[in-house]
This record gives sequence, C-alpha cells and structure tokens, in this order.
Amino acid sequence: MNEEGPIIRFTGVTKVYPLPAGDVVALDHVSLDVMPGEFLAIMGPSGSGKSTLLNLMGCLDTPTSGTLFIKGKDVGTLSDDELTRLRRDHIGFIFQQFNLIPLLNVIENVEFPRILKEREGGCTERCLEVLAAVGLEEELFSHTPAELSGGQQQRVAIARALINDPEILLADEPTGNLDTKTGTGIMELLDEMNRRGRTVIMVTHDQNVAAYARRRITIVDGRIA
Amino acid sequence: MKEVRTAQRIFLVFAVRNLRRHWVRSGLAALGIIIGVLAIASLGILGNNLIILFSGLVADVSDTVVVTPHLAAASGDPFDPRSALATGITERDADRIAHAVGANPSIPLIQTAEALKKGRESGYIPVIVLHASDMPLLLSVAEGSFPPGSGRGVLIGARLAHELDIRAGSRISLAGEDVRVVGVLEERGLAIDINPDYAVVVTHDWYTDLHGAEDYDRVVIKVADLEEIPAVKAAVKDQMNRRKEVVDVQDSREILEMYYQTYDAISIFLLGIGGVALLVSSVSILNVMIISVTQRTQEIGVMRSIGALRREILLMFLYEALILGIAGSLIGGVLSVVAGYAITASVAETIFAGYGTAPTSLDAAGMREILTGIGFGIGTSLLAGVYPAWKAAHLDPIEALRYE
Repeated sequence: MNEEGPIIRFTGVTKVYPLPAGDVVALDHVSLDVMPGEFLAIMGPSGSGKSTLLNLMGCLDTPTSGTLFIKGKDVGTLSDDELTRLRRDHIGFIFQQFNLIPLLNVIENVEFPRILKEREGGCTERCLEVLAAVGLEEELFSHTPAELSGGQQQRVAIARALINDPEILLADEPTGNLDTKTGTGIMELLDEMNRRGRTVIMVTHDQNVAAYARRRITIVDGRIA
Repeated sequence: MKEVRTAQRIFLVFAVRNLRRHWVRSGLAALGIIIGVLAIASLGILGNNLIILFSGLVADVSDTVVVTPHLAAASGDPFDPRSALATGITERDADRIAHAVGANPSIPLIQTAEALKKGRESGYIPVIVLHASDMPLLLSVAEGSFPPGSGRGVLIGARLAHELDIRAGSRISLAGEDVRVVGVLEERGLAIDINPDYAVVVTHDWYTDLHGAEDYDRVVIKVADLEEIPAVKAAVKDQMNRRKEVVDVQDSREILEMYYQTYDAISIFLLGIGGVALLVSSVSILNVMIISVTQRTQEIGVMRSIGALRREILLMFLYEALILGIAGSLIGGVLSVVAGYAITASVAETIFAGYGTAPTSLDAAGMREILTGIGFGIGTSLLAGVYPAWKAAHLDPIEALRYE
C-alpha cells in the first residue's frame, strides 16, 4: 500500500468482547477506507460501536477477526510496543474529558509525547508553535490542568495531539464537555488542522459538530448503516 | 518554569510529584522503611558492639590456659552453670598439671560463695580461694598488701570494696569468721580465668581450716610465651587425659571464639527481627503503591494512549518505590547510628555492669551494618514496587481510560 492509498483500511473487521453474560459483538464485519486528508465523522447511538471503531483506528485495540491496516501496517500482527510507537508517532488523540496529566503543567503536558518519541524535550520551539496554533495565552503555560477552563484544557490537549506532527487526529466527542461557543472554537481548530492536510476522524452524536466533517458515517449495531 | 528534558527524567518527575502530592501517605510508607532499616542496622550495631566489648574484655588474658574438670554434658564454657556439677580437680591432679606445664605457673583455685557481713550490709558474695603464693601471679593490689600465707587476711575486689565502702584494714565477717581486709584489688574487668571485682579472695589455708580439704574447681596456667600455648595444652592433655577424659583444656582464644559464635547467633537473631520489621514495611509500600496505581489508572490509560511504552509505566512506578526506599533507608541509616550506640551503651551498662566501655565511634563493622540495613531497605522497597508497577504497565489502555 503506498501513500496514495487509504491511510486506514478496515477489511471485514469484527470485534468481539467476551463477557461472562455472553460475547458482545461490538463491530460486525466492518469494511471502511479512510483516505489521507479526510475529515470523517462517525455517528451513531450509544453502544453502537463508534468508540470501538475509534479505539481500533487508534491502535488501542486489535480486531478479533478481519484485517486493519494503518499507514500500511497490519495492526493485528504488531506487538504492544509497535502499536504504542505507531500511536506515539502517527496518531494524535483528543478526548472528551481532555485527559491532561494533572501532575504536569501546560508545557510539560504538550511536550510529553514528544519526550516519549525524541527521548528529550523541554520548552521547545515546536511546543510554542503548537500552543500558538491552538491559541493558548502564554501566561497559562506554567499552569496545571486544574487551573484551566474546559476550553483551555481541550486546546492544550489538541496541542499535545499535534506535537509529534501526526498524520491522523482521532477525536472522541471533542466538544462533549464544552459549551456551544467554546465547542465551536475547538471545531474550527480541528477544521483548520484538516485543511492543513491532517486526517481527522471524530466520533460525535452532535449533528452540528458532525457538519464540520466532509464525510459522515453512521454505525448501528456494529455495522456501518 | 522547570523544564523536563529527558524521557527518564520525566518519569522520575512523575514519581516525585506523585509522592509529594500524597505526602502523608508517602511519609507513612517511608516511616515503615525507616523503622525496618533502624531495626536491622541498630540491632546489627548492637550485636557487633557486644562482640567488641567482649573481645576487649578478654584480650588482656590472652596468655591464659584454663583447665576444668571434664564434664561430657557441659559445653566446656567455664561460665556454663553445668560446669559446677563436674567433680573437682584433686590435689594430685593439680600437681600433675603443674608438672606437665614446666616453668609456666599453674594456679589451682576454688570458686565458691560465702555469707559476707559488713556493718548492716549482708549477703552472699563470690569467694575465690587461692594459695597465698599464687595471688601475685593473677592479681594486683591497689591498696594494702597480699595476705601472708597462713593469715586470716583477705583481699577484696575493687567494685565490691567501692560499693560496701571497704578499705585495706577494714574488718568484715566472712562465713561467720571475723577477718581483716589486708588489701583492695585493682579493678580487673571481665575475664575468662577469674572475676574478682565483685568477689573476696581468700587464702587456701584459711579456707581449708574452715571447711577441710576440697578439690579445686579449675587450674589457671599463665603461659609466658604465647606461641607455647598449643604445646602447653597438649602437655596437659597428654598428662591428664591419656586413658580417659579427666579435664578440659581451653585457652582464651577458644573461649573467645565460642563467644563470637554465640554473638553471631544473637546478631542473626536480631537481624531476623529487623527483617520482619522490614517485611512489614514492605507490605505498607506495596499497599501504598497499589493505591497509587488504582488512583492513577485513568492517567496510565492516557499515557499509554499517547505513546508511553509498558516499560516506561513500569519504570515510573519503580521510581516511586525506589524513592520511598532510598529516602526511608537513608533516614533510617542516620537514625540507626544514634540508636545503635545508645542501645549498646545501655546494654553495656546493664549486662556488663559497666565493665569496659561501649564503642561510641562508627567503625567499619558498624558502617557495614548500616549499609546492610540501607541495602535491605532499598531492596525490599523496590521488590514491593514490582507487582504494582507490573500491574500498572499491563493495564489495558482502553479499560484504564474508561476508569473513573
């Protein structure tokens, strides 16, 4: 698969969670291609399998059956370390709960993935660049997450997702915990990231948020409707 | 703003900040380690110092060979109470021993106890019975003189004299007999041949006049040339034990070795107590670490999802355990220097009744005990951190992210 092909390719992917009460089929023979530079919204009711799809795209999980290629790599064959490196170097995560690390300040939170990748870091140019890109005021840089508003935290989280210059941005309800105005600001930021060439894949159940995406798919009962 | 530069460093920073965030919990866990290290190191120092105390006490009689009646059941230790059950050494045997050792003086003696009365004070005190001519060979007089061969005069140990306020020239009642103290002995310290500091030394003539002839309890041989000790021992054994074991022959080095063995056993026992303390404290570290992992489950999920490897999560928690271990162990090490010597001093006072002085400076052996304690402290902390760290590293990132 070359650069021109899909950046993410699901082929007959099934994900089954074995539970004591019986197996739960979260994804049922899903096939899906995501091309580089796409802005994709995944929609669907709760428990439909949206999050499972996003977790698989983020290499946090592997398919029970079928094949999943990310950047040309069959994730089913990768070790835990290889999956982790794929996440670290090529995928940026944005969570509904922001999920900043409370022990680190803004700069450290943003630099953390870069330190993991480059083995060193600090208050680098790259760090200031991404923080400027998300529009965070400089006086907040030494604050800890608890001292920031929801919108500010999500901006820091996006800066963190961008620090290693990933091709893929995965966002799980990125505006779910924000008011409409702040949410709009965040969506405009994601839109801009997409315009700059990144593949953005977003899970949402908000039609207004989904409207930013160029392509929308709906999952129902583990299948693409 | 503090900068975080390297990957190793950032996990160290996580560990430090997390410990600081929960400082009460961290402090209590470290306290456990402090107590454990304190127990191991200070008890080790105590054991060591007891050996030093003892070897110091017996060093000045290294020229001594002690012959005691053989008793199969007894350990050969002259302080073993079972030794008293053995039959005595007869006058004839004492002569044979004297003959065997040639020019080296051999001093037969009886150790017993008699009622002593001085003014209103009375009680039983140890009595050492020596031939008047042998007294200068074993003892030194600080005040007064040695008694003449047939006189009623007695010598009194320095500490007993001090306690009962007895001087040369004082009169005391011993075994109901009125006797005159002709001399006060120089303080001698604890030794393997005789211990006259709390005793009265009487002449053999006086004693046999009172009680009739008795067998001797031991024969002390003073060997002029230390290198002759093995030959002297062989000569005595050869003379006495040719057909059956009649006597036991020991030199101070052997007896010292026996004490070393005893104190080694005590040291190991004390180390065992310290070990249990450390085990308990490592359980507290384990507990704190498991709580820490549980509380930070979501954080671990975030770290894993943005690219932290399993071994990096493992490292972060091992750092926490290591920091607790190092901090606790170092504090414990410092405290054990103080505690170890304080305990030794008090033991020296109570067990050795002030004989000798407790070592007060940190010697190599004491240092070794402290390093052992610190090593054990750090080791057990790290060990206690392994399971929680492993658990953290192997959390499923998705489950961890969802954890509330």
